[in-house]
Amino acid sequence: MNKLDLSGLSVLPSQVWGGIRLVPLVRGTPVEGLRLRREVYGSEYAEVETRPGQRYVSYVPHGFVADWSAEGLADGSADRRAKGGGAESAVYGTRLGGAAPPCVPLRAHHRLAKRLRARGAAERRLRFLPQHLALEGYLSLHFGGPSTAWDEWSAEALRQGLPPRAEAAYGGWRVPGLDEALRVFEIHPGQCGVLLYAADSLAAAFVVPHPEDYRALHATLIEDLYGEVIHQYAFFGGPVPEFTVRLGDGRGVRTLDGLRAAARAAEREWAEGHDALMAARLLDPSYLFERVYAMEGFTLWRFLPSFRRGEREQHIGEVITDHRGRTAYLKTFRLSDAQIRRGYLLSVLSAHDWDLDRASATLGDGRAELVRRIRDAGFEALVREGAERAPRRGGGGGGG
Amino acid sequence: MGKSAEAAEVVADPVAESLADLVAAEDVLIFVNAAVTATGQREFRSDAAGQQLSLAFLHEYVQVNYRPVYAAALALDINDHNAALIIQRLLRTSGEVDAEQKRREGELIAARLAVLPPQRVYRLFRALRAAKVNNRRTRAIQREWLAARPDLGLDAVKYREGLRTAVRHTHLPPGPAEGAKELGDFLFEPKKRTRYAHPLLEAHRRAHYEQGAVYELPFTVAEGFAARHGVAREVFLERIAPRMTRLERLRTQAATSAVASAPRADLASMPLTRLALYVLSLSLDERSRRREELTGALRASALRAAGPHAGSWGEVAAVLDDSYSSYGSGVKRRRPLAVALGAHYLLAALAGSYRAHWTSGRADALLVRPWGASPVGARILDALEGPPERLVIVSDGWDNAPPGLAGEVLRVWRTRLDPARRTSVVHLNPVYDADGLDVRRLAPSVPTAGVRDAEDLPALVEIAQFAEGRTGLAELQSYLDRRVERFVAARRRQGGDRDRDREGSR
Repeated sequence: MNKLDLSGLSVLPSQVWGGIRLVPLVRGTPVEGLRLRREVYGSEYAEVETRPGQRYVSYVPHGFVADWSAEGLADGSADRRAKGGGAESAVYGTRLGGAAPPCVPLRAHHRLAKRLRARGAAERRLRFLPQHLALEGYLSLHFGGPSTAWDEWSAEALRQGLPPRAEAAYGGWRVPGLDEALRVFEIHPGQCGVLLYAADSLAAAFVVPHPEDYRALHATLIEDLYGEVIHQYAFFGGPVPEFTVRLGDGRGVRTLDGLRAAARAAEREWAEGHDALMAARLLDPSYLFERVYAMEGFTLWRFLPSFRRGEREQHIGEVITDHRGRTAYLKTFRLSDAQIRRGYLLSVLSAHDWDLDRASATLGDGRAELVRRIRDAGFEALVREGAERAPRRGGGGGGG
Repeated sequence: MGKSAEAAEVVADPVAESLADLVAAEDVLIFVNAAVTATGQREFRSDAAGQQLSLAFLHEYVQVNYRPVYAAALALDINDHNAALIIQRLLRTSGEVDAEQKRREGELIAARLAVLPPQRVYRLFRALRAAKVNNRRTRAIQREWLAARPDLGLDAVKYREGLRTAVRHTHLPPGPAEGAKELGDFLFEPKKRTRYAHPLLEAHRRAHYEQGAVYELPFTVAEGFAARHGVAREVFLERIAPRMTRLERLRTQAATSAVASAPRADLASMPLTRLALYVLSLSLDERSRRREELTGALRASALRAAGPHAGSWGEVAAVLDDSYSSYGSGVKRRRPLAVALGAHYLLAALAGSYRAHWTSGRADALLVRPWGASPVGARILDALEGPPERLVIVSDGWDNAPPGLAGEVLRVWRTRLDPARRTSVVHLNPVYDADGLDVRRLAPSVPTAGVRDAEDLPALVEIAQFAEGRTGLAELQSYLDRRVERFVAARRRQGGDRDRDREGSR
């Protein structure tokens, strides 16, 4: 699996409000056997709903989950400094089925951030929103720090891996115009998802298995996190035009049926144009999928983009697919350019076993430049003082 | 230079005049549309401040540029909010016109005040006071209106603050000589007397300590006293029932329905749009349970609204908007949908044969709810099947599935399939679009009129014909003159009698 498959969902004409465009996605038939629940707390999470003769696997999207119990730590993600029971932990995003979700233990850094937030000093850093944890957790989980203890990496980097970072994201309510756009949006019958554009640039995709789920969760889009670019586009971008239907001069139209056919063709034209022009950057590129959980024929994945330079639009997200690989649930987050750069830098370093010389050779500029980039990217703590100069390589390198 | 300009003027004159004429006619129609629909309240897609700002601009613009038309709008079916605004503006700037125009304005104002609900008029008087308008003409108008009130004692109890403000502002004696002293004491020195000759004033005095007297007062006043005496709500509603107005009875229907002995509101006698609003306020279950009663009432009310026109419209198709936006807003709850529902029953009464097409595709009109997108274009295609003699579209003008299809369908239909205009199409819009300074149109070729009450539909269809952009100011002016004549004459005939319906009498 390396691509998103939105088959079964068809695009309907967009609804525009100011700079925000919402494109409804409609399913002919809802996905069987999977439903979405809005809110889950404590030990009540992820029950299996049953009806006579029918078995439901319920899943919980990350936007709504925060597990503060110590339970999750037992099978928590591999973290070298996981404390024992009683530590705070948070769920990594979406999960499937009845098993306890993998949790990240939260460290003192997080508490600090929380306090800062309480004073209102850093309210843009929504560290405790689970969706944000999914983002940050994913980046740090994947790139677990230097695997080889080269001299230039600091002792802390070797011991802890990447320090937990804060990635700025904007709550939906801070994206100008999004609240009104969501309020006046008219949900179609059968609608199971939406593609959200700010200034005609794809901000997020949201797909659920059942129309009723969508109706219940439509308003929660305002509580989701959106990338920095989206905030900027919505803030500075003007109103976007509606793609209104054009039937031309109607010369070929002789009967009412002809008129009807022309109207249908215009609608089809919009859907094709949209898929080719606007959603292509989400659907075309290949992603790196990581399987998180599988149950009852459904698989929960989270995915990363290529981080290749030159691709303007890169999304991370999570998706649940059915046994045929079709999307039942999808939620994406648009990365900013800085975030793409950081992802790229880390992936290059990781690909070269964190060897600065080899990595800088791949990147095409010198070692000093690479160290500068690492520092600029916010990984100051990773590199030692004087890492710009090549150290003497001897027997002391080795084992990570 | 002067010479050449003159020459150019002579050449361009007829064209310029007719163009100016068309523009003027359009301006006037825009204003009428706004004055019918806008109430300065929040709508689905714009907030109250935006609505008020937009409306204030239109008032200013029309008042300055087309003053006679501005006054004449009082004779049309504009809503009470705008009527009060127009009267206030006319009185504030009466120095700007000559005596003849003043006389005509005075007649129109008096006629309109006579049909405005009293609480609106008292609010207008308060606004006049706040604006420091106290010229001779304003005083005369207020004196005349107060003199025509059937019972100032009732007003003193029910609209105490309003009457007090009016009397204080105009320095008029409150009412006829014999009761004026007593009324004056009631308004300004209530502690002075221990007895009143007027039964309502006396009841109001006694109600302070005697529960029995509460039930002699009007409902709104009694409500306060009942709360003060700690009377249980059900007991109060049951005993006050005979003193309620129709609308109050309708409003408290849900609470009183548990009490078997309480008289039920006579639904069939309600105005159509009110009734539609009431029906929409009920749950779907209750609507289907009381299907016969509600449908019967809606039909009866529609038949009454249709009056002599019933059954005269031939083959009619309607496209009615029940998309999510027809919910309106928290302050105008389900208003657009109620207008569509009222129009549905009214058109059924007006038409020889009638077919309705709700945007949701629903067939059962009684169970409509604001839900889903607005595929107006697709429904228009369905409705043109036939084709009918008339097509009436009731929609807020937002056509989003897909956007703009309705306009394109209507345009191609008109140019390619029906150039002979066998089908007349009219669009009625219940929502004022603050940004567009007009009600939103579906297509330039289709006349659009604002609508507030479904009952006004026949008159609006008439006025909408002017909105096709091909009629000049002269025709519009003569239409307005006819309406004004009719309006003022009706008032003369009634001899200043209140419109019982508007006042909400029992």
